[in-house]
Parts: sequence; C-alpha cells; structure tokens
Amino acid sequence: MGTLQSLSDEPEYRELAEKTGFSFEQIGILHKRFKQLSHNENTLRRADLDTIPDLACNPIRTQIIEAFFDKRNFHQNGDGTVEEISFEEFLVVMSHFRPPALNMTEEQREKVRREKLRFLFNMHNTDNDGTITLEEYRHVVEELLSRSGALGKETAKGIADAAMLEVASISMGHMEPDEFYEGITFEHFLKILKDIEIETRMNIRFLNMDTTTLCNTGLPSRE
Amino acid sequence: MSVRVALHSRSFLERGLLLLVILIFLEGTVLTLGAASSPDISAQDNTGGHDHLDDHRGIAGSHVHPNYTKKAFPVLSLDYHHIQVPFEISLWVLLASLMKLGFHLIPQLSSIVPESCLLIVVGLLVGGLIKLAGEEVPPVLDSNLFFLCLLPPIILDAGYFLPIRPFMENIGTILMFAVVGTLWNAFFVGGLLYAVCQIEGTYLSQVELLPCLLFGSIISAVDPVAVLAVFEEIHINELLHILVFGESLLNDAVTVVLYHLFEEYSGAGEVTPMDVVLGVICFLIVSLGGIAVGAIYGILAAFTSRFTSHTRVIEPLFVFVYSYMAYLSAEMFHLSGIMALIACGAVMRPYVEANISHKSHTTVKYFLKMWSSVSETLIFIFLGVATVAGPHAWNWTFVSVTVILCLVSRVIGVVGLTFIINKFRIVKLTTKDQFIVAYGGLRGAIAFSLGYLLDKNLFPMRTMFLTAIITEIFFTVFVQGMTIKPLVDLLAVKKKQEAKRSINEEIHTQFLDHLLTGIEDICGHYGHHHWKDKLNRFNKKYIKKCLIAGERYKEPQLIAFYHKMEFKQAIELVESGGGVKLPSAVPSQVSMQNIQPKKLPPPVAERALPQFTKGREEEIRKILRSNLQKTRQRLRSYNRHTLVADPFEDGWNDFILKKQRLIELEKKVRLMSNYLTVPGATPDSPTMCRARLASDPNAFYNIKASSDGVPTIQVDLASPQSPDSVNMLNEFSKRGATGQGLGQREGADRDEDQGLMMKPAGKGEKGEEEGGNKNPGLMRCLSDPGPSNEDEEDEPFLP
Repeated sequence: MGTLQSLSDEPEYRELAEKTGFSFEQIGILHKRFKQLSHNENTLRRADLDTIPDLACNPIRTQIIEAFFDKRNFHQNGDGTVEEISFEEFLVVMSHFRPPALNMTEEQREKVRREKLRFLFNMHNTDNDGTITLEEYRHVVEELLSRSGALGKETAKGIADAAMLEVASISMGHMEPDEFYEGITFEHFLKILKDIEIETRMNIRFLNMDTTTLCNTGLPSRE
Repeated sequence: MSVRVALHSRSFLERGLLLLVILIFLEGTVLTLGAASSPDISAQDNTGGHDHLDDHRGIAGSHVHPNYTKKAFPVLSLDYHHIQVPFEISLWVLLASLMKLGFHLIPQLSSIVPESCLLIVVGLLVGGLIKLAGEEVPPVLDSNLFFLCLLPPIILDAGYFLPIRPFMENIGTILMFAVVGTLWNAFFVGGLLYAVCQIEGTYLSQVELLPCLLFGSIISAVDPVAVLAVFEEIHINELLHILVFGESLLNDAVTVVLYHLFEEYSGAGEVTPMDVVLGVICFLIVSLGGIAVGAIYGILAAFTSRFTSHTRVIEPLFVFVYSYMAYLSAEMFHLSGIMALIACGAVMRPYVEANISHKSHTTVKYFLKMWSSVSETLIFIFLGVATVAGPHAWNWTFVSVTVILCLVSRVIGVVGLTFIINKFRIVKLTTKDQFIVAYGGLRGAIAFSLGYLLDKNLFPMRTMFLTAIITEIFFTVFVQGMTIKPLVDLLAVKKKQEAKRSINEEIHTQFLDHLLTGIEDICGHYGHHHWKDKLNRFNKKYIKKCLIAGERYKEPQLIAFYHKMEFKQAIELVESGGGVKLPSAVPSQVSMQNIQPKKLPPPVAERALPQFTKGREEEIRKILRSNLQKTRQRLRSYNRHTLVADPFEDGWNDFILKKQRLIELEKKVRLMSNYLTVPGATPDSPTMCRARLASDPNAFYNIKASSDGVPTIQVDLASPQSPDSVNMLNEFSKRGATGQGLGQREGADRDEDQGLMMKPAGKGEKGEEEGGNKNPGLMRCLSDPGPSNEDEEDEPFLP
C-alpha cells in the first residue's frame, strides 16, 4: 500500500505534514499522483497539468493551472510565476483546500477563511497590484461564461460591471461623481464574500486510502 | 404611544368581532351536524335521498300517488341534506382560516406559543363544544381523508420548494438519520415496551411482541407536518433545518415498510429471517420505486410545460395535477407517496420554471402555500377534535413509558449516529447541532392516522395505542414545540441568514464549483464535485434541450440568475417605491462612472441629448402621465382570455437579442455630463442602471439634490426600428425627493397611481410597458430621436 513509500521518506514527510497539515497517508497519495502527473520527474510543468483530460471541459482551467505556478500561493512571500514546481510547492497549493479541523477557535477559523479567500483573490488578481480591477473581474466572468458562446460576451461584461458596482456600493458607501474606484482590495473582497462560508465550502476530500489507480488518468507521455 | 393603544383597541375590537363570527359558525357547525344525523336516518328509510327526490319529481308528472295530499306549493324550503357534505367541508376550512387569522392578530400569543399548539387547542374546544351539544363528534381525522387530501399539499409544497443544494450536500447524513435512525427508534421503543409489558404489575401481558414493534414503528417516525410547523417559526440555520426536515420526509419509506411488515405478520405472530430479507427488499423497492414514479411524472410535467406558451392560464394546473397523480400512483402500489411527491416536485421545478410565465410561477407558489397552510391548520384542528372524540383507553404505565422511551431513544440515536457520521463529514455536527436535531424530532398526525388504520380485530389494544400516540404527539408538539424557540435562543444556535443573494456571491459560488472540480481532477480522484459537474453537463447537453421551450436552455445558470435577480429587484422597487418603506440598502452613491476607467469622451458627433428646462419637463411629465394612465385604463378590463395574450412573455428571446443590439447602440451614445440625472459616462447598459437602482434607489434622490433638483428625462437615441428600445431614465415625481416616485411599471396589475411611473432603464424585461405596444402615439413619442432645441419650445411633445 501507499504507506510503504512513506516509511522510506519519513523525515521529509514529517516536515511536509507539519507545514501543510496533511496526514502521512494523504501526502503519500498526493506524492504518487504528483509522480504520475510529472512522469516520475521531480518537477511538474504546466504542460503536464494541461493534459489531464477531465480538466479539458473546465471553463476556468487556465486560471486553476496558473494558480499552481503562482509564487504568491507558496506561502513564501514570493512574487511572480515559475515554470515548474516541486512536490512541496504542489502540496502547499493543495493545502488551501484542506477542510478545517473540528475544534477550532473563532480566530483560527478566521485565519483559515482569510487564507482561502487570499487564494481566490490571487487567482483573480493576475497582475498582482493588490486590487482586482474591472478588467480583471470582467475577465473572470467571461471565463466562467466562456462555454456559452457569443451570448456570453456582452452579458458577461454587464454582469461583471454590476458585480463591481455592488462591491463598490458595499465597501465605499458614498463616492463623489468624479472619484474613481480602483478595484477590489483584499479587505473589500473579504467583506463581500463573508456570507459564503468559505471555510466550509472550499474544501475537497483528501483521501486516506489509495484509489488513484481506479481513476482513468490517461496521460500521454511528456514528449 | 397613543397610536399603539389605538391599534391595540382596534385589534381587540376585531378580535372580538372575529370571536363572534367564529362562535356563530361553531353553533352552525354543531347545529348542522346535529341536523345531519336526522335526515340521514330518514333518507335511509326512503332507500336513499336520491330516490326520495325522485319520488317528488315523479309525482308532478304521471300518476297521482294514492296517499298524496295536496299541500301549498313550497315557496321556500330547506334541503340541508342536498349540500351537506360540501357545506361541512367548507365550514371546517373556513373555521381553520379564521383561526389562523385570529392568531396573528394577537402577536404576543403567537410569539410564545407555536401555531400548532393553538390549533390543537382550538380543535379540542370545537370537539368539546360538539360533545357538549350532545352530538356525536364526527370522525374527522379519517385516514383516507388525511392521506389523500390533507397530506399531499403540504408535502408538495415542501418538495417543490426544497432547497436542492443543501439537501444534496447533506444527503448522506439525512439518509442515515432517516433510515438507520428510524429503524433504531422503532426497535428500541417497541422492544423495550414489550419488555415493560411483560412485567407483572402492569396487567399488560396480553400485548405481544409484534404489536409492540408495530407500535414502535408507528411512533418513531418524525413527522414532516409538525416539523414544518414548528421549525418555520424558529428560523434556525439552513443546515439544521434541512437535516431535520429531510429526515422527516425520507423516513416515510421506512415507516411504510415496517408498518406493513408488522401488520402483516402480527396475525401470524412471528417473523422469520426470510421475512426480514423480504422486508429489506421491499424497502428498496418502496423508496426507489417511489422516487422513480415521482421522477417520471416530474419529467412529464416538465415536458408538458414546454408547450404551454399559448395557454398560459392552465400552466399551474399541470404542476398540481401531475404531482397529485404521482402521489396517487405511488400509493396505488404501496410505494412511498411522500418520496414520489418530493421527487416529482424537485425534478420538475427547474424545467417548469424556465418554461412557465412569471404570473404562472406566482400562481403556483401562492396556491401551494395556501393549500399547504390550510391543510396544516386543518390537520391540527382535527387532531384536537379526534382527541375529544376518543375512544380512549388510558394506561399510565404504557403511556408514560412510551413518552420516556421515545425521548431516550431519540437522543441515543442521534448521538450515536452523529458519532459515526462525523467521521465522513467535512463539516462536523457539533453538540449543539445534535441537541437541536434530537429535540426537533416531533411526532404528528401521520402517526395518529397510521394508528387509526389498524384493524380493531387484529389489535384489541388499538385504543390504548391511539391514546399513547396522542399523548406522545401532544407532548412533542406542546412541550418540545413551545420550548424549542427559547432553547435555540439560549444556546445561541446559528440562525438563518436573511441576506439576499448577491451577484458576487453567485459568481463566486459558480467559480468555486469549477475550481473544486478542477482541483479534484488534478488530485486524480472522482469526488463529489466531479460527479456533480458531470451531472450538470449531462443535464445541459441533453435534458434541457428536451424539456425547456425555445432557446432558453442555452442560457447558462449565471446569466439566468442575473436576469432573475434584476427582475426581482425591479418588482421589489415597484412594490416599495410607491410606499414609504425604502429598501434598506446602504445609502451609497457609487455609480458607474466611479468604476469605469476614465476614458476620453468620444467626439461629439452624435446629437446632443436634450436638456429640458423645468417648465418644459413638467409639461412632458404631465403628458406622459396621462398617456400612461390611459394605457392602464385600457388594460383594466381584461378577461380570462386577454390574460393569456402577454406578448412580453413570449418575446423573451427576441428581447435578449434586442438587448444585445441595444447595448451596442448605447456604446455610441457616450456623452452625458455628470450633472444629468443619470450619472455615468455612458447611458449605461440597462443592467447597470438596474444594478445601481438595486443597490440603492436613494442614489437617485441624492444625486437629484446635487443637481439643483432639476429632474431630467433622458431619451435614448434609439434607432427607429426598435421602437421599444427606449431608455427613459430617471423620472421624478414632484412629491419630493424622499419616498416616492421611483417605480417601475409592471404589467397591467399595478393599479395604483403612483404619480408617474417610469422605467429606470429602458429595457425592463417584463416591466416593459404594455402600453408601449398598445399605444402607438406614446410609442412614437418615446422613440422620437430627440427633438432639436428649437422645436422643443414650440410644439407639444406629443405629435
């Protein structure tokens, strides 16, 4: 089973487990998947993720893939993007989707929520200027609606504009006619999404048992 | 202060009047019920009233009856028997409705005591009155009546409006509670009760094991009616609500199977392992079969609704009839009718709502709520009456042990199950949650009706069972129902969030869905997001095409949500814009120009938008108002048939395309000074204006103030080919900056004359003036591409 592998890499895994909060079994399984995706290399590239067939019909796959190569998500106060990532970084990005523990204090919960929302914020804020501008938001909505063809383009713009207006209204209150609202800052982002319980929704179930072999991965070779 | 006193005294007066009316009706009921018994007997003597009447008719024609003596021609006669049954039914319904009215006139009472308790008390009173009057209390909670007439509306209402998302997310937990929990309850209560009965001192040793188990299975099921009635008033958070409520709905299958199983074999006296296996298979068939039947009818209903665009009047009927037939079909095969109804409602809803008109949708909603409300009221009243009717066989031991055991088993069951369930849940259930789930397990009329159905011969202790069931119901409804609200407050359980769904939340919900699906794919395991996504895609690709009329099936969810939201906000504005109550939006004055990146104003090649003087605009307003009024009057006298002819319902698709074109057109019209009423560098897309309105209608008022109170009307430079692409924006009523004047006309049903109605952003969906099409004069004026300033002064605006 997967645990055999973890025994041999134990000290490494322990460090990773501490850093990201995954259990040993989960790390083992994710490592296996990583190796599968990267064709047994130590680093993963964008092209590897691109070839996952299930991801092909996802409207926001570009952004998802980009998120993995975005240094801001590596918790190292970095900036910019990289071309390839190691397993550790892969794991760190994945750790954003871990469910919160059962007995958490209110502030721990708040911390988790901030972290997850920061991930989302980074996904939208592609130019890393600290705010989500109207253009970036429009892009987000367009991508979401990208499957609906021509009908989506103009309406997407309308929707994004309306959403932006809503954020501005909620966050800024009164604005003079010639004031300009640059974009959604992280604090405003927190405010508008406080009703969605992010810490309970933005999670996936990480397996403790190895079932990856049951899934059809169908990855072609790298070359 | 004095106002409150006046209000109180007025409500007392009303209450007094109501009581008087109620008493009269009660007397009427008693009398009629009394009168009912006599003609019955006499009718039977004449071999049925039917022949009785025929007799009379026959006399007039042919022969002279030998014993017939001529009487004076009866000018006025009383024939109660003829209308007895419908009359009594109507009386009961009326009584129920008056009761409901009455309770809400006394707010203090309804805040302490849940409605269900009050209704049971009323039932007790009515039953008592009838008994006092010497008449026999009618067996009102007849099982047929209950299961075929009173229960379906409530369940349909619940199923149609079931929040699918939380339901599906928690389906595992709900099923665990419903199936395993109910089984545990049934066996625990039944088994221990049998053990207690065997104890020497209770004189109950004639109660055997199987009847005990049967009793256990009847009483262990959480009742959806009671749960709905109580939980509706306490507004707890969605998760707990859906857990308890879902459990109460889904345990019907278990109850049906257990009930039939034990009933069948009580005669034989034993249950073999084979029977148990058969029971399990039966359970699967009952539940899955019920769902399948419901789903089939749901799809039929959805398919039918695709073709109803020309007969909108009967659209709601399809929803009701198909659902009822699903219920009856399931009951025919002894499948779970409740699950069929839920499945039918849930399956048909997304497609039917996409197909039917807005008015039909409102009709469906209101009829469902009305029927379910009346049903619920009637059920509780009948429970009270049936309690008085008896017969009762009170046995202290049996009853008290039942009540205690039910509580104990519920608590143990919930705690134990949660322990197991929490291992599989992402969001664990806390102790507080468990307490509420356990405490909210109310029993209700279904248990009573099932007990009532028992055969007296097979179950000599039936009356004792009934008494125990009633006591348990009373205990849960009164004690638990009354105390759950203060307990919820005491324990600080999270309440339901009343926040309105905002666009941002919707966008991010969708975004999250896709994100999580993507991450699952990267991780390589097919989790629950993956399957949900697959189902959605399948739905979009194949199913929607068949079941949704026209081109609407292509509309992605986000867009549909967005249009729906806009529409809802428009209607809200109409409803609140006329009144003093303002939506409690944050008084913000953010507008489009604040978020649009600064652009250079495009070259002034287009015609300048007219800026009217105050006097002129007053005139314009008067003219427009009179025209709008005329249109409204014209439409007032409609009959059933014109109700159907609603061109805007059907022009939905054209509208969307036109809107696209309009948006492009608007891009051309770019100049607007900031002092015009509509802020923004562009006469924004209609969606923008509406969004602004949505966030705060106040915005208009305040900006008004800043522009010297010069209201202006902006007429869009629409191309003549699209006469309805009018962008008539801000219109102010001179009634003042606060309160009124902002509203959007919605169809012909707005009969209030709120000064001038305007359309805040041209292409209101259905809010578009019907006058637009019907009054060519107005049309022309509105689509007038804007007179030049010189013409303005001389000619009336309206050609």
